[in-house]
Amino acid sequence: MDWVAIGLTVRLAALTTLILAIVGLPLAYWLATSSRRWRPVVDAAVAVPLLLPPTVIGFYILMSTGPDTLIGRLYARAFDGTLPFSFTGILLASVLYNLPFAVRPFASGFAAVDRRLVEAARCLGASGPRTFFTVVLPLSWPAVLAGLVLAFAHTVGEFGVVLMVGGNIPGVTRTIALAIYDDVQALDYAAANEASALLLVFALAVLAVTYSLQRRAPAL
Amino acid sequence: MTVLDVDFAFEYASGAGVACRWQDPVGDARVTVLLGASGSGKTTALRCLAGLERPQRGHIRLGGDVWFDAARRVHLGPDRRDVGVLFQEYALFPHLTVARNIAFGARHMSRAAVDARVAELVETFRLPGLEQRRPRQLSGGQQQRVALARAVFRRPRLLLLDEPLSAVDRPTGDELREELRALIRALAIPAYIVSHDRVDALTLADRTVLIDRGRIIQSGTTQEVFDHPASPAAARLVGVDTILLGRIVEVEGGLARILVADREVCAQAPAAAGHEAALLIRAEDVALARHDVGDSSVMNRWRATVVAHATEGPFVRVALDCGFRLSALVTRDAWQRLALGPGDAAWAIVKAASIRALPRN
Repeated sequence: MDWVAIGLTVRLAALTTLILAIVGLPLAYWLATSSRRWRPVVDAAVAVPLLLPPTVIGFYILMSTGPDTLIGRLYARAFDGTLPFSFTGILLASVLYNLPFAVRPFASGFAAVDRRLVEAARCLGASGPRTFFTVVLPLSWPAVLAGLVLAFAHTVGEFGVVLMVGGNIPGVTRTIALAIYDDVQALDYAAANEASALLLVFALAVLAVTYSLQRRAPAL
Repeated sequence: MTVLDVDFAFEYASGAGVACRWQDPVGDARVTVLLGASGSGKTTALRCLAGLERPQRGHIRLGGDVWFDAARRVHLGPDRRDVGVLFQEYALFPHLTVARNIAFGARHMSRAAVDARVAELVETFRLPGLEQRRPRQLSGGQQQRVALARAVFRRPRLLLLDEPLSAVDRPTGDELREELRALIRALAIPAYIVSHDRVDALTLADRTVLIDRGRIIQSGTTQEVFDHPASPAAARLVGVDTILLGRIVEVEGGLARILVADREVCAQAPAAAGHEAALLIRAEDVALARHDVGDSSVMNRWRATVVAHATEGPFVRVALDCGFRLSALVTRDAWQRLALGPGDAAWAIVKAASIRALPRN
């Protein structure tokens, strides 16, 4: 078993999930509650990775983060490195690619929270963030957890985006999915079989957990 | 005395909205009821006061504090207005206990101070023993008391109550109304109550504001508003039973003869001859007789046909056709003595002085 690839995959998935929690929760809350005219545009932008092939997303990330691009130059000046073919690069790619898998469950969970409870909290002197943490989150945590689990699992199984942005560098950007691909190319079916079975069991377990969370309402 | 100075207009994208304008000294325990039919904009007005909606024009000030001012682009959020709001159906937090619901507004208080305040409110609102319950384990009345305790935890400057009695059935509502009245008096916080039920205004309000189709059509002491509705719409809201529209044919000595359908009605002249008038007649001011009582002081005696009748407690409400529809309220005894039924002929008798005549344009 390629433990280096497994370790790297878990690290990538964990960091992706963490960033999605920090970025995705406020974004989802905004999407669930805003009535601004351009909200559907943001909604569409968040959901677009669901429809595009991973290679397209990867291609655009590659094109916009190269050393000659604005983002690439800013990144080089700040961190003295390049995004393509680096761990940070595939982390960025997986955050963008996984956005809908986290944000959409979050947003539907938030939208299901009775608006009047939010208004009641505001009228009782609670600020927006305080209302979010004391009322909205306690009433929507199964959806939030489901989103985080889905994002983690989806990152673990991701292939196209990582290959496009990260190449296939052992110990740097080579995830378990890429390792399986390499094993098959090298006709090492035993190794591919082992890793694939591991992913299959993992995926089944995650889905079982997610569905049971979605069925479960917060304990009131 | 602090004055609540309100002058704003709010409009939904759909075009519906509400415009409010009043300057109200808010004393210790003054209760104002905003009375209007559903869809009249009264709840929207309350939401603007609470800061949950942002009006497009005008201002809202309480004493020296500006809550909203369109021209100066000031709009304090609901968390910065220091108001206590009682929501329709109460909006209690389902994931928190009664005690934690009540203490939700606590800020910068020691644990001991919070506990003491909760204990005090549990006492005032008769909730002992329920502190650790969840809202769904409470009766409607208990939920209302928890919601009110939660709203006053921080001793707000103003209480806003949205249809406090609409979530319960009528007998429970009557009981809760009594309770609410006692609690509001005891709290000594000025309150604005939105309601569609004139009984709420009659029983709870020092002042009544009538709202119709997004506009304030009358405001004043409850007595004033109910005794002298200023327009047919106001009369409909406060519950005058019969509203007739007619034309003044003659005015003499301050009395007018007003033609309604093909009948003549005598009342105090609201305008000169030739003008339109609206006549408000309360059912309790209409008497019934089997025969014409010619030699009496009563100016209005109309030949009528009984259309229908229904018992209302010790009274019978009778619908009459006099060429126009007229509603009469007589005692059950009198109704039995008259021995009238649907289709029977009778006389409806109304003193000119008990008809309120209003000019109409």
